[in-house]
Amino acid sequence: MTRGRVVFQVGDDVSTDILYPGRYMATVLPSETPQYAFADHAEFNAKLRAGEVPAGSVIVGGANFGCGSSREQAASCLKGHELVVVARGFARIFLQNGINLGLHMVHCPTIEAGEGDELELRGSEVANLATGRSFPVVALPKARQAIIDAGGLVPYTRRLILAGEAATAR
Amino acid sequence: MGRTYVQKLLARACGRDAVEVGEVLEPPVNLAMSHENAALVLNQFAGIFAGTGREPRVWDPGRIAIVFDHRVPAESSKTATNQKKVRDFVRAQGIGRFHDVRGDRGGICHQVLPENGYVLPGEVVVGTDSHTTTHGALGAFAFGIGATEMASVWALGRVLNVEVPGTIRVNVTGRLREGVHPKDVALALVGRLTAEGANYKVLEFHGPAIRTMPTSGRLVLCNMAVEAGATAGVVPPDDETRRYLNETANVWKTFDFFGPDPDADYELEVDLDASSLGPQVACPHAVDRVKPVVEVAGTKVDQIVIGSCTNGRFDDLQVAARILKGRRVAEGTRLLVFPASWRVYSEALRTGVIQDLVDAGAVVCNPGCGPCLGVHQGALADGEVALATTNRNFRGRMGNPKAEVYLCSPAVAAASALAGTITDPGVAAEQREEVTA
Repeated sequence: MTRGRVVFQVGDDVSTDILYPGRYMATVLPSETPQYAFADHAEFNAKLRAGEVPAGSVIVGGANFGCGSSREQAASCLKGHELVVVARGFARIFLQNGINLGLHMVHCPTIEAGEGDELELRGSEVANLATGRSFPVVALPKARQAIIDAGGLVPYTRRLILAGEAATAR
Repeated sequence: MGRTYVQKLLARACGRDAVEVGEVLEPPVNLAMSHENAALVLNQFAGIFAGTGREPRVWDPGRIAIVFDHRVPAESSKTATNQKKVRDFVRAQGIGRFHDVRGDRGGICHQVLPENGYVLPGEVVVGTDSHTTTHGALGAFAFGIGATEMASVWALGRVLNVEVPGTIRVNVTGRLREGVHPKDVALALVGRLTAEGANYKVLEFHGPAIRTMPTSGRLVLCNMAVEAGATAGVVPPDDETRRYLNETANVWKTFDFFGPDPDADYELEVDLDASSLGPQVACPHAVDRVKPVVEVAGTKVDQIVIGSCTNGRFDDLQVAARILKGRRVAEGTRLLVFPASWRVYSEALRTGVIQDLVDAGAVVCNPGCGPCLGVHQGALADGEVALATTNRNFRGRMGNPKAEVYLCSPAVAAASALAGTITDPGVAAEQREEVTA
């Protein structure tokens, strides 16, 4: 169970062009992408870059969060700030990218929360401590949870390779 | 209940009799495609092998394709450095299907792959690009993945966590009228389904208008499937697929084509009548804000872009050239043309299409993705309006969040270039006839 304050609220169909504009795509390394998170939302981007947004802070999104491009920078730039995304729905590639990189995402189809509200993430539900209301969470598919538990897809795949070698050795 | 096309494809790929929707599979990959973002893939790939005591080796260098298209030629030293890293990796790993910045075999990945016969019916294709859905036009199950997922594919040769998707059957009946193009079908469909209407699902295309549509048009429909959120778009292969593979891709192998079962279990069926469809436009800033072009006709346009993985093929350029031939792009409007590949460019050169476009005032640029995602040429000023045959019009998509982007077919783009305002190509043609009569 973790708590986090909503630092940014966005609507439906927030695209990867909003999360990480295409013009910064030549920057690829997860260590360098966080500076361009929400680059066209100058005020929020400035706060992020100034380190004024604590780890565990929450972005609340509508349906189809992360739609559009497959660019992984859209997930790595949020992960770099250790932001949590609570959204009514996620676009497929963004969801998988986020899981692969260990981005904390919560699928909460009815979430209602505004900037400044404190949320408690309870696993099966999200409680908005500001309004006293709770909203059910849709669990991630098991196979995806296994990647999160492994710490992301890089260590997960490494484990598969080593396990494969061990099997061959036997 | 019978199975959909993709269910049957995945069952074959995984050596199973049948697979159920929602089941999680790890299908072997026939082709793994990347572009400049291979620079990130190889970084993650090295990470996978870190500490294992093993040299990083890709599972099969013959099944990996890398095509530079997003920023060609490199617009910055940063891109040049990324491209150099990828080039070195390609050489070290012996990756054969590499398309560098070259006028004889370069272009946009989603045109280079089909025209080189890299994608075949029944295959599983993944690409680090959301428009990888394009290749469903040849009967492949093709979908976009992220760079880390691709690194895992390079290591394992299979893609993890593929949930067998449900399928929406799209029946396109009738016949497209003169001046109406596959892009209009795609836009109308995305408008109907909405930008998330097909999330996590496959769009399977059927009907007389699909059967009579050349592969170049089917590529447009499958390309835009992702704009409705679809995992993939697919056209079950037929004689036209075979013709394209023979004549364009020079593939002569015999295939065991299959289709969905007649009683396949679809989550939804959508019917679209091509005969009654007119030209469509997607309005700013959402790909599903689709209207008949007549509703926005007269809107002043500063820049028009014809090109991209959606509509930069020879047919598209030819449609535009026919409208523009012997006429002039309106003063105050810029027309940029980006052919989808150098092969397309060469054909357009040979047939005089490029000459007609240039004479009309178009700026013909080198093949690439550039302006579609605002990374290379064709930037917009604050408050400017663009009309493009590309695939997305999210705020900021073409590089400036203070500009507006409308999406349309090559015919609408060309007719609008002449007028300087958004124009119905049918109305424009009628007016010309009146003038000459």
